[in-house]
Amino acid sequence: MSTVDSPPAPASRTTRAAAATADYLDQRTGVGNAVKEFARKIFPDHWSFLLGEIALYSFVVLLISGTFLTMFFVPSMTEVHYHGPWAAMDGVQMSEAFASTLRLSFEVRGGLLMRQIHHWAALIFMASIVTHMMRVFFTGAFRKPRELNWLVGFTLMILGLLAGFSGYSLPDDVLSGNGLRIADGVARAIPIAGSYISFGLFGGEFPGMELIPRLFTVHILLIPALILALIGLHLLMVVLHKHTQYPGSGRTDKNVVGYPLFPVYVAKAGGFFFVVFAVIALMAATMTINPVWNYGPFDPGVVGAGAQPDWYMLFLEGGLRLMPGWEFVIGQYTISMNILIPGVIIPGLLFTVLALWPFIEAAATGDKREHHVLDRPRNAPFRTAFGVAYLTSFSILVLAGSNDLIATHFHLSINDITWTFRVLFFVAPPLAFWITKRICLSLQRKDRELVLHGHETGRIVRFASGEYIEVHKPLDAHERWLRVQHEPRRPIEIEPAEDSRGVRRKGYRLDAAKRRLSKLFYEDRVEPVTPAELVAAQSHGSHDALPLAPEEHREELTAGASGSRHLAPEPEDTEGTQRH
Amino acid sequence: MSTHHDPSTDLTTRDGAPLPERFEDPGLHEHRARVGDSDPKAQKRAERQVVVLFAISILGSIGAVVAYALVPPGETVGSMRMSNLLLGLALFLGLAGIGLAAVHWAKALMNDHERAEDRHPTATSEPVRVKAVEALREGVKDSSIGRRGVLKGAMVTSLALFPLGIAVPLVGNLGGDWDVSASKRTLWRRGVRLTIDPSGRPIKASDVTIGSAFHVIPENLEEAEHPLDEKAKAVVLMVRMDPRDLKSEQGEGWSYDGIVAFSKICTHVGCPVALYEQQTHHILCPCHQSTFDASDSAKVVFGPAHRPLPQLPITVDDEGYLVAQDGFDTPIGPSFWERLT
Repeated sequence: MSTVDSPPAPASRTTRAAAATADYLDQRTGVGNAVKEFARKIFPDHWSFLLGEIALYSFVVLLISGTFLTMFFVPSMTEVHYHGPWAAMDGVQMSEAFASTLRLSFEVRGGLLMRQIHHWAALIFMASIVTHMMRVFFTGAFRKPRELNWLVGFTLMILGLLAGFSGYSLPDDVLSGNGLRIADGVARAIPIAGSYISFGLFGGEFPGMELIPRLFTVHILLIPALILALIGLHLLMVVLHKHTQYPGSGRTDKNVVGYPLFPVYVAKAGGFFFVVFAVIALMAATMTINPVWNYGPFDPGVVGAGAQPDWYMLFLEGGLRLMPGWEFVIGQYTISMNILIPGVIIPGLLFTVLALWPFIEAAATGDKREHHVLDRPRNAPFRTAFGVAYLTSFSILVLAGSNDLIATHFHLSINDITWTFRVLFFVAPPLAFWITKRICLSLQRKDRELVLHGHETGRIVRFASGEYIEVHKPLDAHERWLRVQHEPRRPIEIEPAEDSRGVRRKGYRLDAAKRRLSKLFYEDRVEPVTPAELVAAQSHGSHDALPLAPEEHREELTAGASGSRHLAPEPEDTEGTQRH
Repeated sequence: MSTHHDPSTDLTTRDGAPLPERFEDPGLHEHRARVGDSDPKAQKRAERQVVVLFAISILGSIGAVVAYALVPPGETVGSMRMSNLLLGLALFLGLAGIGLAAVHWAKALMNDHERAEDRHPTATSEPVRVKAVEALREGVKDSSIGRRGVLKGAMVTSLALFPLGIAVPLVGNLGGDWDVSASKRTLWRRGVRLTIDPSGRPIKASDVTIGSAFHVIPENLEEAEHPLDEKAKAVVLMVRMDPRDLKSEQGEGWSYDGIVAFSKICTHVGCPVALYEQQTHHILCPCHQSTFDASDSAKVVFGPAHRPLPQLPITVDDEGYLVAQDGFDTPIGPSFWERLT
């Protein structure tokens, strides 16, 4: 680029002014150190790293549009009679919260746009958090040293859910009011303290007069402040650890390859903020969301058919819909398993496993090293399969949360749909696990195949002997490196239960449990091609020297595998596949 | 002969040296130049494109101000949507122009040479750690906390207790009067008329035709101290069927000539069970699809609810209006721990 090599131009007025400002700031803050450290900091480039950025930017959009809304929204449950431009609601009794939402939509210019921007941004915020988490999960970016940052991100996801629910409830329309009623029902199902928790939330009986003002404080102050603080921590740790990078030539655990923060990422990431904001604005301009003027104000006796919560709440709703009506009484006390299981226990389990995953996997690998090069999902078959199974159960709950819409759209019986989902909830995740794991192992085998035998060229050669072969083109060093760079993961080895004198070793049980976990993760595996294997394959093909190589290679494998199943193709097979 | 040994990918094995355990990283790809890197015309073109994108943004932002001034939301949904659409599209252009310009600039014009930077282990070096531990140890020694157990205990206890001064009043006030038994009581008692929700008009038994469903509130609802709270417990769904279809009821004589009334609050998590299917006499909760059979004591026939909807015993007064014989005999709505106490 010309700008890099051009000789220093005589200082222009702008340059001199910039220098003077920089000098002023540096003398008072010592900012020079930070600029020197960060201005040219390297960040790797990949589209999937943008998912987290979308979350960050949609949060900024939420702050901007939310501030606009607070200027006109009245968080009060005082009943008023509506008189305004929206004739359908003329004279209807409603809370001030709902009336001010109508005013925002009909009378405040740009108010509806900001409401719709706010709502769409919230949906995108949650969606990008979830997909960003999926990216981090499937590429193993949560491994040491990033376990704590995974927890920070997890907490941000939970806070996002709370922010969404508390905001959704503020307009005090029929839909959100019934959502709160469901929340009240779930709170009351909690043993012993349930009624008191409900009273504590609502300031007395449902719906009371307190809830909207309380939710407002939670929604505009508490949760955003926590989210903001944790985002700061999240990004600080990204800078501390330096960003992970996808595997490829030249990329190692000891370096980071990419472009400098200034100017490339200032432009790209800064520009991307505007792109995200623009897309949200376009959605808000063209797609109606939450038209509360059609729903009407909350009334405890009214409900709409086909009502759906926002997408990120559907899994809870789906659980409530699927659960059979189990409830039992001990002595005089009622325990509602029909609410506790889908409302508390299942989400509790799902979230706990998610939060603890980095630590579970660390126990299985026994690996204490830092990892900065990401995994290709196929190279971690158990993790990938587990993630897909997890998403499958989540998706079934989401779909079950829309079972009434599925029934009306596809003209199916709601009872059949519910029963289908009840069965699928148990059957589909293991099936998804098994299929995904097989796919991962197959992809790894395909990688081996490619490395050992190269690309098919479609060129057929006939030998003097009359033999036909297809010419294969070997991979270049970069292509090959991508497929062999990962370390084989094997189940951990542990010391025997008894030492040489037959004394039982302390801590053996824990080790044995870790070994079992480790076998579960890594017993089925395909290992990357080693140079010896490649040489063997090549010499096989060309009837060349090194006749002993395959034999050595086989010994090596059995020694390394130590009794576990080993799925690397045998050398004999390689010959077969080579000469088809 | 299937593999042609091209020297760049060949392994150095022929001379009999031992093979490495793993392949070696071939190092970074060679940089591939963009068209604009060598072609000044292409570079100029990219620059013009960036300028045009910024110009679109400027026009969009001006357009937003114009749309604000000229297109008010108006009185109808149509005019409101138009105002929203124009303002939103202008905002979109104002933002997208900047975003795309910046990204295009970065991709087409800025230096695109990848660089590598070293990473250092996250943990600090051993000498730093030793110094850190030493600093803490000195601090602990200076504070002499190690030797003064009582002081330590007193400090921990006082720190643990001080939040109580804030938390107790906060939590104590959150629940209002904390009279949780209120959720077991409704406005229904002997002689209270059934009236139509929301008009409050009393209902004559003779006006209730077979197959019809009424959404009902108690007549004294508006006089209650907190009408909305009371309504949330007292709403009732009343239906009339052919008396011969009525298989059972929760108490003898609780219906009136085929008219049955049930609490409208679902026994699952409390949504109003507002859907009545007159052929099957099923009452359906639209939230989670719990289904109750109105002809059979509102027993659960499907879905996550466990208990039937409580039945309101009804009869008619001297003027022929429907009235409650008594209140509900069980708490309405979702189950809770002390429901039966």
